Amino acid sequence: MEKKNETYVLKMDNIAKEYSGNRVLKGVNLHIRPGEIHALMGENGAGKSTLMNILFGMPVIHNTGGYEGTIEVDGKQVQIDTPLKAMELGIGMVHQEFMLIPGFSVTENIKVGRELSNPNLVSRLFGRSMENLDVEAMERDARKALNTIGLKIEEYVKVAGLPVGYMQFIEIARELDKTGIRILVFDEPTAVLTESEAERLLEAMRVISAQGIAIIFITHRLDEVMAVADGMTILRDGEFVARKEIKDTNVAEIAELMIGRKVEKLVDNTAEDNRNISDQDIAVSLRDYRVEMPGEMVKGIDLDIRKGEIFGIGGLAGQGKLGIPNGIMGLYKAEGEVKINGKVLNLEKLGDALDHKVAFVSEDRKGVGLLLDESIEQNIIFSAMQTNNRFLKKVAWMQLYDAAAAKAHAEEMVKTLDIRCTGIRQAAGSLSGGNQQKVCLARALTLEPDILFVSEPTRGIDIGAKKLVLEYLTKLNREQGMTVIVVSSELVELRSISDRIAIISDGKLSCILNPDDSDADFGLAMSGAKMGGKKDA
Amino acid sequence: MNKRRLTDILLKNMVVIMFVILCVGATIASKQPLTFVIPELFTRIARNSFIVLALIIPVIAGMGLNFGIVIGAMAAQIALFLTTYWGFTGISGFLATVALATPLAAFFGFLVGKLFNQMKGSEMIGGLVLGYFAEGFYQLIFLFIFGGVIKLNNPTLMIATGVGVKNTIDLKDTVKYALDTVPMLTILEIGFYVVVIGLICSALFKMAKKQTVNWKNTGLGLVAAVAVYALTFIGPVEQFLAADRLLLLYAVELWCLYMILAPVFRFIKWKMELKKHAGEELGSRRQFDKQKAIASVVAAVIVYALTYVPTLYKVLLAVKLPVMTYLCIGALCVFNNVLMKTRLGQNMRTVGQSRTVANAAGIDVDKTRIIAMIFSTVLASWGQLIFLQNVGTLSTYGAHTQVGQFAIAALLVGGASVQKATNRQALLGIVLFHTLFIVSPLAGKELFGDPVIGEYFRVFVSYGVIAMALAMHAWKKPVKAKDEKNGKEAAQAT
Repeated sequence: MEKKNETYVLKMDNIAKEYSGNRVLKGVNLHIRPGEIHALMGENGAGKSTLMNILFGMPVIHNTGGYEGTIEVDGKQVQIDTPLKAMELGIGMVHQEFMLIPGFSVTENIKVGRELSNPNLVSRLFGRSMENLDVEAMERDARKALNTIGLKIEEYVKVAGLPVGYMQFIEIARELDKTGIRILVFDEPTAVLTESEAERLLEAMRVISAQGIAIIFITHRLDEVMAVADGMTILRDGEFVARKEIKDTNVAEIAELMIGRKVEKLVDNTAEDNRNISDQDIAVSLRDYRVEMPGEMVKGIDLDIRKGEIFGIGGLAGQGKLGIPNGIMGLYKAEGEVKINGKVLNLEKLGDALDHKVAFVSEDRKGVGLLLDESIEQNIIFSAMQTNNRFLKKVAWMQLYDAAAAKAHAEEMVKTLDIRCTGIRQAAGSLSGGNQQKVCLARALTLEPDILFVSEPTRGIDIGAKKLVLEYLTKLNREQGMTVIVVSSELVELRSISDRIAIISDGKLSCILNPDDSDADFGLAMSGAKMGGKKDA
Repeated sequence: MNKRRLTDILLKNMVVIMFVILCVGATIASKQPLTFVIPELFTRIARNSFIVLALIIPVIAGMGLNFGIVIGAMAAQIALFLTTYWGFTGISGFLATVALATPLAAFFGFLVGKLFNQMKGSEMIGGLVLGYFAEGFYQLIFLFIFGGVIKLNNPTLMIATGVGVKNTIDLKDTVKYALDTVPMLTILEIGFYVVVIGLICSALFKMAKKQTVNWKNTGLGLVAAVAVYALTFIGPVEQFLAADRLLLLYAVELWCLYMILAPVFRFIKWKMELKKHAGEELGSRRQFDKQKAIASVVAAVIVYALTYVPTLYKVLLAVKLPVMTYLCIGALCVFNNVLMKTRLGQNMRTVGQSRTVANAAGIDVDKTRIIAMIFSTVLASWGQLIFLQNVGTLSTYGAHTQVGQFAIAALLVGGASVQKATNRQALLGIVLFHTLFIVSPLAGKELFGDPVIGEYFRVFVSYGVIAMALAMHAWKKPVKAKDEKNGKEAAQAT
């Protein structure tokens, strides 16, 4: 049933992009027909944002050396080097975070930057910027755009105070109001909407595409894709995976394509596994656990992590997986019952987790993890000094800093973890990402924890360092029996070291999978789609 | 619920309410008759309003309170010194000074705008420090360059050595009251010519561009202009208009007349429209608001009745308004409003609300901010000229030093904030701030037997208000900064 009608409104061919030596797009193609709703899918970091940045001629692309490949709009090859150019070509964008001004009326927001105006005597002397606004004409246009998508609000009300769902529609109305709009990009539009609002949005998308405007629909929700999209392009790790017609595919296949089979093995399992893990011996137990971490809300999770295992927590960005360790450590407000080794943790008290011998390596290395201007030595020992009173010596009635012990320990750590530095006096901030991560790890280990939370352990570090960090985590687990909980958006690394992996979706536990479960299972769990969705196919 | 709303209103207008109480209290304590306080106050309103109103545009453009208006004031003083040296006098001297100060101030405003674009978010502290820097530069010009580099030969203006300008320059024989004393007759005449030329130019423009010209309206406008102009040739009217200042009593009476006539005109216009568009539904904007009309008539009657109260009558007779100056202030208020209804004004508002959104909408944020800065600096320079022509002496090294602080304090007293300021707040602020200025030394003398205490109080108040407003802004800021950060990330994520 493949349509051989090859008129595309947008053709992006062999697009490649490099950020300081790091290839984030490797020859991606994106073909869109007029009036088509085309889903663009992929995990976090698959290259969707970069591709859209190229399409919009964002400065971030051109300040870093531009891109390779060709873009054709309506069959004509174009160079898009500024957002203005993109606008002129009829490419619009509905932002995920609203680009609306609360203090302005709906009309003003729709017409922002493109106000209609009448000339007057002054404007004839000083140019168009002094023309009077034609408020009535602006309101007429706004009304028309709002009617197109069926939004029944008055065009003169202020945006502040409108429900979130309406704001999304105003954004859409603004794009529709632009003359000659041909391609409209929706960047995860349903992420902040309730179910019924999302339903209406999808309906509006159908209406828009029926007018011949092509829609690029970026989303993680497979069920929405199945519901509205005509075609789809899947990216993975900056590579083009497939272009599919929705009617030719099914949920399971899409999920599998998104995750993909990754052959690289990150960890060599050399250490002998003679652990004794039992379901009775619970290290961390969560009951109705909620965390208010902006952007990573945890909305009620029940979970048991067994003593001595490596437990992975995965899921897409913004779904709440990062909230779990941050809440336990007391960095964000948390509720519910948390038991560490059977003892209830006081979530109100900052540092209580440390007293329960829980350590945490934060995903926010530069903010929470490190004292950037302090030496490696200070960074490694300061937590232990504060909580465990280590590296202190008694002189008369005073407790003084035991420089010799600290130095010995820091040097020991630098050696074990292979931290590449000029010496333990080097400032932590001047290290590379991987070495900073090792310093964070060293500090957590200095606390001599029973349970170690590691959040995004390999974010922003190179493959060699990645391997070393993961191997070291495995070694800690195998040799010292430490319970290690790895929170990561990289499924590959979770699958290569964890015993079990919990997938978090929308702040809730989607399911717990084994590392060798199929890609489709992982994909479905992460997309939050029910297994029942298969019957749509 | 109602109680809550009341406390809400009280909290929001806390500053204004506090100052009203202070003003009333201090006025009573000073034991000065209203016939002294009110004329003094009107003089100060005429002097200071313009420069305070010059602060509004940058606030709307999101640049906070513009401490950089000091630089506009300096431009005015440089221009004024030069025109005084060249011997310009009277209203023509004043206009020459304006003509010279404008490009100077525009240039400085451009530079300040450029600088502020490099330090978005900390314009206020930047402007304050820039004021000190400019002060040094200003002194270099007046103490060394004038006379030292550029030879100026004028013993009344220059220090005896010939290098450097004297501490005070007397403007009595040059531009003192130049603007204040423009007779109303002249103003009407100028107004007549401006209207006629405007109408004709507009029609010609349209003809040149081959657009339809509304001849009927143009003709009606011309007739009206001629009619008003003809009125000025009637004996008593001419006599009345020949005065250069307007008694406050007459001003109040004229206002009452306007409040009664305006609704009548509106009513007639509405009737005519109804006839013209018979059977059509008129938009809510073109409806005749009966309640509003009645309210304005009632207000006019009450105000007119009040003029018969003896104490008020005395006060009204004591105050003479400089008509041209007040017209200039009124024109600036209108300008501030009209500007916001243009494309440029809308861009300024957008930039002020969110730079991210403005950028995404294709608005040149930096350029808009620079234009706002140029407007503000030029207006400030005019404001300083209005101030100086009324004061009558130019304190060469002191006249500008506190301009920024006092103007900003006045604006804040009126209830404005770093993000929001209106004409009304500016005018209210001037009234309150300057009432306090007038009566507080006297109140200090009455209460403590020492005028210096009142003096301390007024310095304390002006700086205290600024500090408080800035602190309140700083408390609100962390929230805003977070929002902005999110917005930026969103922009990058596209």
